[in-house]
Amino acid sequence: MITIPYLTALTTYFSYGLLFVFGQFRDFFRKIVDWWLGSNLQGYAPICLGLEDFYTRRLYLRIQDCFGRPIASPPDSWVDLVERVSKDNNKTLQRTAKISRCLNLGSYNYLGFAAADEYCTPRVIESLKRFSPSTCSTRVDGGTTTLHNELEEVVANFVGKPAAIVFGMGYVTNSAVLPALIGKGGLIISDSLNHNSIVNGARGSGATVRVFQHNMPDHLEKVLREQIAEGQPRTHRPWKKIMVLVEGIYSMEGELCKLPEIVAICKKYRAYVYLDEAHSIGAIGKTGRGVCELLGVDTADVDILMGTFTKSFGSCGGYIAGSKELIQYMKYACPAHLYATSISPPAAQQIISAIRVILGEDGTSRGAQKLARIRENSNFFRSELQKMGFEVLGDNDSPVMPVMLYNPAKIPAFSRECLKNQVAVVTVAFPATPLLLARARICISASHTREDLIKALEVFSKVGDLIGIKYFPAEPDKQQQDEGRVKLE
Amino acid sequence: MKDFFSQMQSSWCTSEKKDCKVHIFELVVHLKMEIDELCDEWVPEPLIPKMTDEMRYEPPILESAAGSHTLINGTEVINFASANYLGLVGHGKLLEACTESLEKYGAGSCGPRGFYGTIDVHLDCEARIAKFLGTPDSILYSYGLSTMFSAIPAFCKKGDVIVADEGVHWAIQNGLQLSRSTVVYFKHNDMESLRDMLEKVTKGNKRAEKLRRYIVVEAVYQNSGQIAPLDEIIRLKENYRFRVLLDESNSMGVLGSSGRGLTEYCKVPVGKIDIITAAMGHALATEGGVCTGSARVIDHQRLSSSGYVFSASLPPYLTSAAITAIDILEENLDLIMKLKKNIGTLCRGLSDIQGLEIASDLASPIVFLRLKKSTGSLKGDLQVLEDIAQHVLKEDSVLVATSRRSTLDKCKLPVGIRLFVSAAHTEDDLMKAGESLKRVAALALNGHD
Repeated sequence: MITIPYLTALTTYFSYGLLFVFGQFRDFFRKIVDWWLGSNLQGYAPICLGLEDFYTRRLYLRIQDCFGRPIASPPDSWVDLVERVSKDNNKTLQRTAKISRCLNLGSYNYLGFAAADEYCTPRVIESLKRFSPSTCSTRVDGGTTTLHNELEEVVANFVGKPAAIVFGMGYVTNSAVLPALIGKGGLIISDSLNHNSIVNGARGSGATVRVFQHNMPDHLEKVLREQIAEGQPRTHRPWKKIMVLVEGIYSMEGELCKLPEIVAICKKYRAYVYLDEAHSIGAIGKTGRGVCELLGVDTADVDILMGTFTKSFGSCGGYIAGSKELIQYMKYACPAHLYATSISPPAAQQIISAIRVILGEDGTSRGAQKLARIRENSNFFRSELQKMGFEVLGDNDSPVMPVMLYNPAKIPAFSRECLKNQVAVVTVAFPATPLLLARARICISASHTREDLIKALEVFSKVGDLIGIKYFPAEPDKQQQDEGRVKLE
Repeated sequence: MKDFFSQMQSSWCTSEKKDCKVHIFELVVHLKMEIDELCDEWVPEPLIPKMTDEMRYEPPILESAAGSHTLINGTEVINFASANYLGLVGHGKLLEACTESLEKYGAGSCGPRGFYGTIDVHLDCEARIAKFLGTPDSILYSYGLSTMFSAIPAFCKKGDVIVADEGVHWAIQNGLQLSRSTVVYFKHNDMESLRDMLEKVTKGNKRAEKLRRYIVVEAVYQNSGQIAPLDEIIRLKENYRFRVLLDESNSMGVLGSSGRGLTEYCKVPVGKIDIITAAMGHALATEGGVCTGSARVIDHQRLSSSGYVFSASLPPYLTSAAITAIDILEENLDLIMKLKKNIGTLCRGLSDIQGLEIASDLASPIVFLRLKKSTGSLKGDLQVLEDIAQHVLKEDSVLVATSRRSTLDKCKLPVGIRLFVSAAHTEDDLMKAGESLKRVAALALNGHD
């Protein structure tokens, strides 16, 4: 639940309204100019009709320089940002040769494996020489190497399940596995703020999809009871199976899932639980085993564990972990296993080496140090930001920290001002978040040092004062402000 | 009197209200009990169906790179199961470029393209591929499979019309389903059927002129090895005003005198195709996918293609591999000649095999063998072909692939044995494969002819 002050809500609505009206004026003039010059589409329908890309053309293009910034170095704690210039008022951007070194608070580099690592990189290069960058083949044809089998065993052990299957891309894991598990006649109950890949997978499966309010186990129970009692739409036959989709850490809120309650409810009503640990695996928990370890949930209670390797392991790909029969069935039925090129062998080796480092099997305690550091860094940064008066979302221990901006003009202002002070941040607006709730999202890494964080805090304080995003100043008239608030979800 | 009646009325009302309240309360309790009963009675199906023997299939495990020769269980095997068309797997230059990239950038890119996941090699690669194919711009995806199923929903929305070949592979089918447009299939590689479908869809339909209309075809079909007659398709497209979406995964780097794909092979200017997609896990010996077309088409995908916006970008070492692969291809055009020669040799070697026939086009790098006489069901066919493939591997050390289908695949084309020919195969390899298949097929299909 995010509370937005009245005045801020008013000014945000006003800003968007102004941008909308302005955009419509420009569209109107564009229509006249086009009519004058004649269309060159030759009878084909345009790629985007009317208001479909209004947001892109009139709002996004103005602040395009805040997104898609190219880098010229590994996405480590300090990164070389390539500067871009625009000669036509931000419609197109060209690369320059200038580079500026910035503190990176935007990349998903939770355990610091992004750059070349002393243990991982030599092993990755060795497996590159042995297996080549790609097998050019699907897993069932000729794309399964000894590395792939080793990887699946290591992942299964790490996560705490009997078996696992690995795919080359996290997005495809969700989109191709859900249709294989559940189809027409089944019911999917998904959290309202789930990631796009889960939504796509649920849609592609053909099952009926219902949504429960974000992270509210009571509402989930209500929806479950209603749906079981009603049955399938129109025919009212009982559902074939019910699956509940939740995430470990929600990437736009930084919140942890209320897993123990949700698992208890699902056990009671015999629904299956699918947990997407894209952001939480490797980053939270005492030994990095994710949200189950942190919240004390037995992994045998969660039917299907899914995760990606891009964030904490510095590689690419996704996995599904479950019982041996489930994984065997996936190998038989899942299209991503049968039709897609297998995961690149060097990337697989990177994951194996990263897991070994985390578990301390490389003979050092670097893994435990990394885990401790990310926890310390996250908690320190969050508490300092809150003390300064920013509105920070998310739970303790979560390395993802959204800082609320709300107003559309503050998005580019925050991004550009921070860049001027050598801090690279990520700002997110519509459509990744609701229209009014634009935010800056900070991702803390284990490779950030205390000095880096202090520098970032100084810059944030300066920029925050300049732009006016310290919505919760630590002053005695805070109570007065509480009354003038609008509750938003 | 009035008082009496009003008193009666008021007492009647309150008792009615009380009754109502009691009734509603009882109703709620009943409902709750009923729902509890229904919830207790409901038993879900098991998460997965019962395991059968065919589900326990274990693929062969490679112990070395998937080049033209590979190691399985300690024995050297001739590999026809990798789509390594130009023989670039294990190429020295490729490995060098990747090593450099790994040392400089690490393994992963740690972020989506919009949030510091755009590394300068990505921009270089996009420019390089656009230059190679002769198109204005291109966009990189991090996985071959996701290219098509993200590109299609970015352009086709609810209400649009798509005419697609019935033999397209699963990624395209999934994209068509996600786009929620009206999809009409035409008979596999049959231009007459395509013309009929286009006619049917546009005839008398005034509204169709305002809709976006697409034809979706593959250059070389993964499910059959057939090559699409692009010049015919372009003629039809211009006649009926449809846009063409062409998937060149198996033809980029293979067809055409300089490897530029089906457009060069059929002598069609590349600007006439609206959207070309290709998975790079085939001829270019790397991973990922690319989509190319006009600047408008590419810019649109950068914000509305879900597989691009919501997913991490391609690891930098694989991007460097793609750039190097194109450099190698441009310098060594004889690789394409060698591949063509190899395909010819293999097809000749398999021409009179008992019980099987070549269903693919003679210029296609995928040689597709299907049963002359089907057993009657897809499962039965697959069983016979699996047997042949296993014997060929065990007895003659030749690795071939069968076209296994997922339970979600809607394609109804016959299954078969696939051989991916590579420019790195020698004459001996091809002869051996031909002889081995002939021998095993004769034994297995004796009487099936």
